[in-house]
Amino acid sequence: MFEQKKFTVSHAPFWHVGSSVSARSYNIIFAALPAVLFGVFTYGMPAVGVVALSVSSAITWEIAFNKIARRPPSIGDGNAAMIGLLLAMLLPATAPWWLLITGTFVAVIIGKQIYGGIGANPFNPVLVSLAILTLSWKNFLDFNEVLVNYDFSYPMAYPLASLKHFGVFAISNLKPAALLMGRQSGGIGAIFGLGLILGGIYLIIRGYIRWEISISFLAGVWVTALLFNMVDPAHYAGPVFHLLTGYTLIGAFFLATEDSSSPVNFIPMLIYGAGAGMLTVLIRNIGAFVDGVVFAILVANLVNPLVDKIRPKALGKVI
Amino acid sequence: MIKRSFIGLIKPRMKYEAIELTPPEPREIPAPKQMTLLLNEPYDPFGQEKSLQLKKGDPIKTGQKLALHEDSEAYVVSSATGTISALSSFIGDFGRSYTAISIDVAENEEIDEQFPALVKDATLETVKNFLAFIPGNLPNVIVSPDQSSTPIETIVICGVDRDLLITANQHAVVKESSAVKLGVQILKQITGIDNIIIASPEHLMQDAGLSGAEVRVVNPVYPASLPQLIMRDLLGRVVPAGKTCEDLGVAFISAQAVASLGKAFNEGRIPVYKHFNLIKKDGTSVLVSAIIGTPVRDIFTAFNIDAGEKDRIIFGGPMTGESIYSEDHPIQPDTDAVMIQDQKSLALVSDYPCINCSECIPICPAKIQVNMLVRFLEVGKYQEAVDEYDLYSCIECGLCSFVCVSRIPILQYIKLAKYELGRISRAEETNV
Repeated sequence: MFEQKKFTVSHAPFWHVGSSVSARSYNIIFAALPAVLFGVFTYGMPAVGVVALSVSSAITWEIAFNKIARRPPSIGDGNAAMIGLLLAMLLPATAPWWLLITGTFVAVIIGKQIYGGIGANPFNPVLVSLAILTLSWKNFLDFNEVLVNYDFSYPMAYPLASLKHFGVFAISNLKPAALLMGRQSGGIGAIFGLGLILGGIYLIIRGYIRWEISISFLAGVWVTALLFNMVDPAHYAGPVFHLLTGYTLIGAFFLATEDSSSPVNFIPMLIYGAGAGMLTVLIRNIGAFVDGVVFAILVANLVNPLVDKIRPKALGKVI
Repeated sequence: MIKRSFIGLIKPRMKYEAIELTPPEPREIPAPKQMTLLLNEPYDPFGQEKSLQLKKGDPIKTGQKLALHEDSEAYVVSSATGTISALSSFIGDFGRSYTAISIDVAENEEIDEQFPALVKDATLETVKNFLAFIPGNLPNVIVSPDQSSTPIETIVICGVDRDLLITANQHAVVKESSAVKLGVQILKQITGIDNIIIASPEHLMQDAGLSGAEVRVVNPVYPASLPQLIMRDLLGRVVPAGKTCEDLGVAFISAQAVASLGKAFNEGRIPVYKHFNLIKKDGTSVLVSAIIGTPVRDIFTAFNIDAGEKDRIIFGGPMTGESIYSEDHPIQPDTDAVMIQDQKSLALVSDYPCINCSECIPICPAKIQVNMLVRFLEVGKYQEAVDEYDLYSCIECGLCSFVCVSRIPILQYIKLAKYELGRISRAEETNV
């Protein structure tokens, strides 16, 4: 009896598709790389510094919290690195070091860990962090102010700020193709529209994000912007401008699709995405902020548990 | 193992193994030297109140009925001739306890005379008394219907196999069609139920038609052959959450059991050879025939399979089977497959939390909100899981665990929750 071989015993099923949390995070990081690299080439070494410090400090906060909370280290899943990278993509290349360290602290600890870690956060950690940074240090996130020393062959005024303060006339010289190719001012990883779209398509095909959310978000932005534009073309910019500027594309493919804070059923995903897209344009056109993506998605995160109650009837459910 | 495709948008589609129209004969394993029969009644050598009918050293014949006490309903039928070498207790999954009867097999086979004497006239009484342990397993609702529950009106014969990589039932439909036909007649005769349906894959429709039962085609994609989905897709009746198919008057029986029933009355002896698939370490599947009670060790030896430390041995298929902990575990009447996995290729579970990735939502055939359900189950809030997130709708196909990114053992949580709730409600009933 005692020489008996010991076999592995566990429960069905005995197969697995082989997916894992870390593969998911690293694929999202991989998909973000084109946009990040473009930002690095555009803004040079300061951008490298911002990305590197943001990623490393996010990982450091995560491991520090693991130690304090006496939990097994969770940095291996790549989620902290992903949060750091996405936050860096939203920030200007000139962001000071303390802003990054504070930002990743808010994202990793306040945005994610205090709720119980990955999968338990009600809001997108990156957006929680960016919202707090925006409200606390407005000047460091004003792209016109902080990128004043960059001089390229194309206009360096932040498009959404120009639109807000000077009207449609100020953005009339911005061509969609140029915006798509990243010839605009903005966050490190948010300016290169083409790269973000490619990354987004990659993630959708690989099944790492839910296409319903991305597409309905873009549709929400497009339709709402179109309605405004039709009512008063002299005051409100066209839908294409809204799609290609600010955080719209990174929001559609990388921020609104964050797993834990977005719905999982088909109709709720459409409502959630379209709602966030609509709010984005509402905030941009008639709200107080220059870009509405951050607060629009946060508000959508807030209603996520509620809309996700719209679900198909389970098999054999009597009521 | 089926891996995630590069294009993750496409949900994994797992097809059932389809048997060839002229399948090779199953490989027969010779009778073992020692075998074990698992009797579905607890064994307690010290606290027995009733006197035992069986004891060590008793000679037994092939086809002999073995019951623990004179009046016990549960019995096994010996599949070989020999002497009882030991009686012991065996605990299975979720605390189900059995009596393990170990038998030293003798060289000369002797056939027990009781059943052959009754074979002329097929009655429910004979089937109940002698054939509950035949290969394929006769379900209790057919052999000894409970008077208090819904009477069975429809019998569904599964000409499809429950799980992937298995062809045992399809083999019965193709190769033993005359026995199946006779079995269907006997079923009609003893139960008085005329509404007998055979569920078969499309390419076996003709063979299934020979049985004389009404043929309905099952979709060849997992999990379409699970009873609740056969009920929904083939019979157009949805089983309410928390009820069973039997509650709606539908009983399920495997094609192999029907074939065994036919063979028993045709040949005048109780069949003892069970057909099942052996799924080897490289994932290939062969059909094997061995007598009930053969330890898996003998089967591995016959195929030169080396079962090493930390490998996993599974009774049943890759999605719904049960893993066992000893090479002495015997083939049972309902064992449709024996699977062995190398320790290097085991898919292990983790204690990571749900990240809400939504992989389990579109794949769930019962449309359960698995992402929410598992949050309740992890912390033991079983009643809330039933009330709000449809625990009892689960048909236990295992697809959610199969695709889970965090590798949570979701199906295990679900089974545990159902088991615990069952225990609580039984305890409440006895207390009142």
